[in-house]
Amino acid sequence: MSQSKPSTLLSKCYHCGEDCQEGVVAFDDKNFCCQGCRLVYEVLSQNDLCEYYALEPTPGKTQKNQSRLKNRFDYLDDPEVVNQLIDFRNEQESHITFHIPLIHCASCIWLLENLFQINSAIVSSRVDFLKKKVQVKFLHQKISLKEVVTLLSTLGYEPRIHLSDLGQKPKNSVDRKTLTKLGVAGFAFGNMMLFSMPEYFSEAKLLGEGFKGLFDYLNVLLSLPVVFYAASDYYISAWNAVKQRKINMDVPIVLGIFAFFLYSLWEIFLQGNAGYMDSLGGLIFFLLLGKVYQQKTFSSLEFDRDYKAYFPIAVTRQRQNREEVIPLSKLEVGDVILVRDEELIPADALLLSGQASIDYSFVTGEEIPVPKQKGELIYAGGRQKGDAILLTVQKSPSQSYLTDLWNNETFEKPNKKLLEPLANRISGVFTWTVLTIAVLAFFYWFGKDLSIAVKAFTTVLIVACPCALSMSTPFTLGNTLRIFGKSKFYLKNASVIERLALVDTVVFDKTGTLTDPANAQITYSGEPLSEESKSILKALVERSTHPLSNRINHWLGSISSASLKNVREIKGKGLIGEYQFQEFKLGSGELVQMENQDTPEVGNLVYFSVEGVLIGYFHIQSGLRSSAPEMVRDLSGNYGLHILSGDHCHEQASLKKRLEKDVNFNFNQSPKDKLDYVHQLNTEGKTTLMVGDGLNDAGALQESQVGIAVTDQVSHFSPASDAILDASSFSRIPNFLSFAQSSRTIIKLSFGLSFLYNIVGLSLAVQGLLSPVLCAILMPASSISVVLFTTLATNLMGMKKGLIHLNKS
Amino acid sequence: MEVIFVLIGVSLILAVTFLILFFKAMKDGQFDDGYTPSVRILFENQPKKSIKSQPKKTKSYE
Repeated sequence: MSQSKPSTLLSKCYHCGEDCQEGVVAFDDKNFCCQGCRLVYEVLSQNDLCEYYALEPTPGKTQKNQSRLKNRFDYLDDPEVVNQLIDFRNEQESHITFHIPLIHCASCIWLLENLFQINSAIVSSRVDFLKKKVQVKFLHQKISLKEVVTLLSTLGYEPRIHLSDLGQKPKNSVDRKTLTKLGVAGFAFGNMMLFSMPEYFSEAKLLGEGFKGLFDYLNVLLSLPVVFYAASDYYISAWNAVKQRKINMDVPIVLGIFAFFLYSLWEIFLQGNAGYMDSLGGLIFFLLLGKVYQQKTFSSLEFDRDYKAYFPIAVTRQRQNREEVIPLSKLEVGDVILVRDEELIPADALLLSGQASIDYSFVTGEEIPVPKQKGELIYAGGRQKGDAILLTVQKSPSQSYLTDLWNNETFEKPNKKLLEPLANRISGVFTWTVLTIAVLAFFYWFGKDLSIAVKAFTTVLIVACPCALSMSTPFTLGNTLRIFGKSKFYLKNASVIERLALVDTVVFDKTGTLTDPANAQITYSGEPLSEESKSILKALVERSTHPLSNRINHWLGSISSASLKNVREIKGKGLIGEYQFQEFKLGSGELVQMENQDTPEVGNLVYFSVEGVLIGYFHIQSGLRSSAPEMVRDLSGNYGLHILSGDHCHEQASLKKRLEKDVNFNFNQSPKDKLDYVHQLNTEGKTTLMVGDGLNDAGALQESQVGIAVTDQVSHFSPASDAILDASSFSRIPNFLSFAQSSRTIIKLSFGLSFLYNIVGLSLAVQGLLSPVLCAILMPASSISVVLFTTLATNLMGMKKGLIHLNKS
Repeated sequence: MEVIFVLIGVSLILAVTFLILFFKAMKDGQFDDGYTPSVRILFENQPKKSIKSQPKKTKSYE
């Protein structure tokens, strides 16, 4: 296999597979796009770990934008922080679990599990691929936590350590519990079926009376763990519902379980009959199976992230001309902090000195840095681009402008105004109907035959126990969740689907959600650009990772770049280069010494000058996502549409032209305004869907019935929400909405199907004709057919909506 | 036919053994991660190397 060899004109990096745009770094007969990638390769080849590159071609991630600051992990020297991070420690070993979002292929697993070959102080490491976590066991006398983290980041796998990780211990026992219960129920169900078979085929009599009794008593014995352990969740849930004077799906289930169990005990011990223990075991087994199926989680994603997840764990504080790295929790108002290139500003602070150029992309979705002057207030959440700056803290991190949102009462409510799930509403009616039928049947037989009356009463409860009914919801929703996940739409849990189906109003955030920074509109004004100047521009912008440079680079297209001398980037200002003894500048008005700078209302201006003479300028605006107008048109027929924007209103005309007319635009919206706007819609009785991306949408996402966070990289930053949508699937929002509606219809249809079974069963039960055999057949048959129906129907609808593709090529 | 009593006992003991094995596997975390082991099993077992200063180029995996 020679798939990793470079073949195209632009050589590909051996480590990360990206085009070597900035020249090739050759090493060991291989090409690398940057020094970072080469370094990773060097470390690996020295340690004889090059199998990393054999398992998958170009498994790495580019190291271009990696922060190379030596002291960024200094906070890991603080024993208090270390203690909060590690899972376990004894005299020799420490165990720690890291979250590494970059884990993406088999090579990653292999490398991370071979860490011990690089450093012998690491005992072992184990990757959980789906959760994107790695547990490292190391000898803390030989290697410190900081060294482990540094090692990981030299390999390109920098763990993400956040404030919210502190003090949080891993919890995975919840899922295990349900699985254990399923195991117990399955064990008991299988054996009970085995012991009941002779009875059904009248073999027990052939074997003799002793056997029959034994089988029945064994069944009672086996049913005990099922009734008292495996089914316990249902009792708790039903009890909680009854306490609140409500009836949920679990109430009729619990009624059925009790009827099953008590009546079977009566039959076995007093009447000498077989009882229904095997059907009871089957019922609980199937119910738990549905529960496990629905428990699909996207465990590598975090839906409940609050502002803490955005902030660094530690900051550099300056005190008496000494720098010290302190945990963020110890930061106080008035402290002077040092924020370096690519570091996040943790609290609202005043700029003391240095050139601040703040990228607010977490906050607003707009990634172009904003320059700030000395003395200006800088809000928390921005990221410094450029040289280090000094700041005085004005407010503590938990009370800054942005985090103020989290103090809003919307965030206090633990469970947002959940809509009553469909199943719960039906089960209320259902339970009362069944009880009425049971009582009527009892009184009908009461005068004639008491034993038949008791039998009719209990068997009605047994057969009506909504096994099929309560399985249709988890299986439909579980499958819907899976189909959404395949289309890169990840829901927090299954209940979001039902809310999604009822949405009638869609609210979009503009910046970063409807508009795509990568899809910029660039207009050039000034002297026409010759091919030569274009190639000079190309050479300039290729040297910079600044978003504006990238956009101009994109706009220039694929032309060859001129060879320039002395190209240098002045962070936050622009680029300077020499070509044929002339000085070319590309950058802000300040860089080209413009006298009267007119800053545009929207977007950014980038000036281009030769030897101090202005040639022209680029006007760069972020454009709409290419799919946005079409998607808005699709939605406008059925949904009320609202667009909220933090920008000024002069874009309204151009936006209106490109989007539908009946869209409500609202500009100049602060984060709090957005929250209030959604709240207003909710009080008008609308069911709202909020689509946003930045932290400034966090309040609105929380307030809406369903909040979808749009992100370019799902494992990266996104505010707390009900669902996370990969930006590449953004145009499918109408499909997602209509698929959610179909799955609601499917639930209704499968309810209909299970009602049919109930009618058959009930008509036998009221006549006192229901036998254990019939019950043992009817129960699994109805459950399995309902499960088959819902699974097939959701898959079919998924295909129809274009969310599943038959050929996965 | 009394042998059936013995057989029932044996079958129950077997079934309970499997249930206990299931509990043990659950406790050891066998069901926590259903994906990574499927990748891990395909890795070559490398003989543990003693010297790492071999100036060897990338092994050919062609």
